[in-house]
Amino acid sequence: MRTERAGWSWLAAALAVLVLAQGAAAAEEAAGAKEGAKEAGKSGADWQSWHANTNVTDMPSVQRGARNFVSYCLGCHGLKYERWSRLGTDLSVPPELLQKQLLPPGDKSTDYILTTMPSKDADSWFGKTPPDLTLMARARGPNYLYQYLKTFYVDPSRQTGANNLRLPATAMPDVLSELAGLKRAVFRDDMVKGEGGQFIHQQVFDHFETLAPGRLSETEYDQFVRDTVNFLDYVSEPTQAARRALGVWVVLFLLVFTWLAWLVKREYWRDVH
Amino acid sequence: MAVKTASGAPAALPAGATAQPGKKGFWAWLNRRMPLDEFIASQLTGYYAPKNFNIWYFFGSLALLVLVVQLLSGIYLTMFYKVGEGSSFDSVEYIMREVDYGWLIRYLHSTGASAFFIVVYLHMYRALLYGSYRAPRELLWLIGMLIYFALMAEAFMGYVLPWGNMSFWGAQVIVNLFGTIPGIGPGLVEWIRGDYAIADATVNRFFAMHVALLPLALLLLVLLHLVALRQAGSNNPDGIEIKEKLGPDGHPLDGIPFHPYYTVKDVVGVGVFGVLFAIVVFFVPTLGGLFLESPNFEPANPLSTPEHIAPAWYFTPYYAILRAVPDQRLGALLLVLAVALFLFLPWLDRSPVKSMRYKGWMSRTALALFTVAVLVLGYLGLQPAQGLYVMLARLFAVIYFAYFLLMPIYTKLDPVKPLPERLTYHAH
Repeated sequence: MRTERAGWSWLAAALAVLVLAQGAAAAEEAAGAKEGAKEAGKSGADWQSWHANTNVTDMPSVQRGARNFVSYCLGCHGLKYERWSRLGTDLSVPPELLQKQLLPPGDKSTDYILTTMPSKDADSWFGKTPPDLTLMARARGPNYLYQYLKTFYVDPSRQTGANNLRLPATAMPDVLSELAGLKRAVFRDDMVKGEGGQFIHQQVFDHFETLAPGRLSETEYDQFVRDTVNFLDYVSEPTQAARRALGVWVVLFLLVFTWLAWLVKREYWRDVH
Repeated sequence: MAVKTASGAPAALPAGATAQPGKKGFWAWLNRRMPLDEFIASQLTGYYAPKNFNIWYFFGSLALLVLVVQLLSGIYLTMFYKVGEGSSFDSVEYIMREVDYGWLIRYLHSTGASAFFIVVYLHMYRALLYGSYRAPRELLWLIGMLIYFALMAEAFMGYVLPWGNMSFWGAQVIVNLFGTIPGIGPGLVEWIRGDYAIADATVNRFFAMHVALLPLALLLLVLLHLVALRQAGSNNPDGIEIKEKLGPDGHPLDGIPFHPYYTVKDVVGVGVFGVLFAIVVFFVPTLGGLFLESPNFEPANPLSTPEHIAPAWYFTPYYAILRAVPDQRLGALLLVLAVALFLFLPWLDRSPVKSMRYKGWMSRTALALFTVAVLVLGYLGLQPAQGLYVMLARLFAVIYFAYFLLMPIYTKLDPVKPLPERLTYHAH
């Protein structure tokens, strides 16, 4: 019967739409995973295509990222829109553990996650106040943060002794060098076509050279950065996992609704000739 | 199903219209005090619409749906949003994080803004395709254009309210356009801003406009749009008047009552639209930076200009035209002209037929070129204005204006096809 056939085609369409919706996200992750695997062990010539490959539903990774953040970032950067209690709930950190391991002494769990560094001091030490990081993953993207944290290099011409490929002349010192080790950036002289069509010399980044190894191996440091960026991705939109989960049901409901509405419409329109 | 045939359709008009005086009950009581039956009969069951509406005819009802979504989600947002230079950005994040389902309401509202423009643009494009702006529907078209203008103002001011960095710099660029008006320009800009810069006073007055004045104007204009539609009757893909062929019952032979036929059909459109809308809201609310831009996740900062300042996607064709002209004043003038030319369409089109189905190759080529021009300009408006992009913007701006300015000529020379006697309709 025609209705049944139409019914099946509707079901097929419904599934197709769902697959599309989920597929977009999955494809992006898959592409990222491939790039991520390729990049390990390389000297960094392709740093601009490094992919953070974050996944906020990977709870152990987000939890490790939170620990990294509290240990290494919170000294200067706050998360002023996120409460400690929210972090505890979303990351399944038991209240006692939250209190003991993460919360700064004297802070209540309902407090926002703020740095203790006075911004006036920070201003005079670094030339600018370290930015709040709550929304940084949304403003710049996780890949930006991942590339930023992995492309620090020694540069004696800078006041902090460090420079960065992602954000040249960054005001931030290379605070993770203890873990990542120190590296030198090797530039090569390249001929580049200028604005007016003439060729000009330009220093182009070629690769990194390790000066001193850090406490972590390259793979371990990569995981460290990934976890940290994953956590920042979560913090930038704490509801994102719930959003996607709810979305599946809403879309399914609307597909069924549309199918029923279409059956009603067809019935009414039978007598329009 | 107890539905009468189209030709022998309910002779409801005035039958159902008069409240039966002998009838008792609450409905009759109401009808003696308010013309409810009469209203339903004249506006829905007795309003005859052409029976050959195609997919292009879904967007009117969808625009109404989006308007309702925006009003309801907007009211909810105002309960938590705190307008002000120092509080706007924070309160939006408060909504996103701490208000129950605040993120959903906010994404509904931000996606709804873009969806509004998508359906309105498709609704307008339908008019270009089938000549729905032509007599006797000139006023309907003009009111529609006023809705579009009000919507542009509404969207622009709403865009400023989250007080992100793109809000700030977007407002800076748009408000400064008024400064190009000779003589009164600089004073006018100051008057609009209420300060010497985009500041607290600006966001406060934009909030007032966005939540009170403009929604009221929009509602009034939509009402007038519907009243004018009921008077002239809907156009159709053939562009011929169904009122000219009446049946013995006095109703158009090719018309069917809006209710139930088009109400049930529009519900299907609502479903399909809802699926697409929900996919954006729940899976890609920023749509890769098109519906919510990355720089707007940083608070407004007068000291830090975003790398590229681009308005929201629905304004980018006009923005590309503005930047294509080296002289700022002339650019602003062309921008205004690009928007305003739509108003003159009913009088620019001299073709003896309305619908693209019966127009000749000239009109079809003109519309095709115009479509490409709008899409390319829309893309260029998002790109930095340099090199090849500027040259392309100039080329397509010329095509954009040629579509309007040459219309009286090519629609007159165009070899048209003969119109059918009755609507083209094949029952499924």
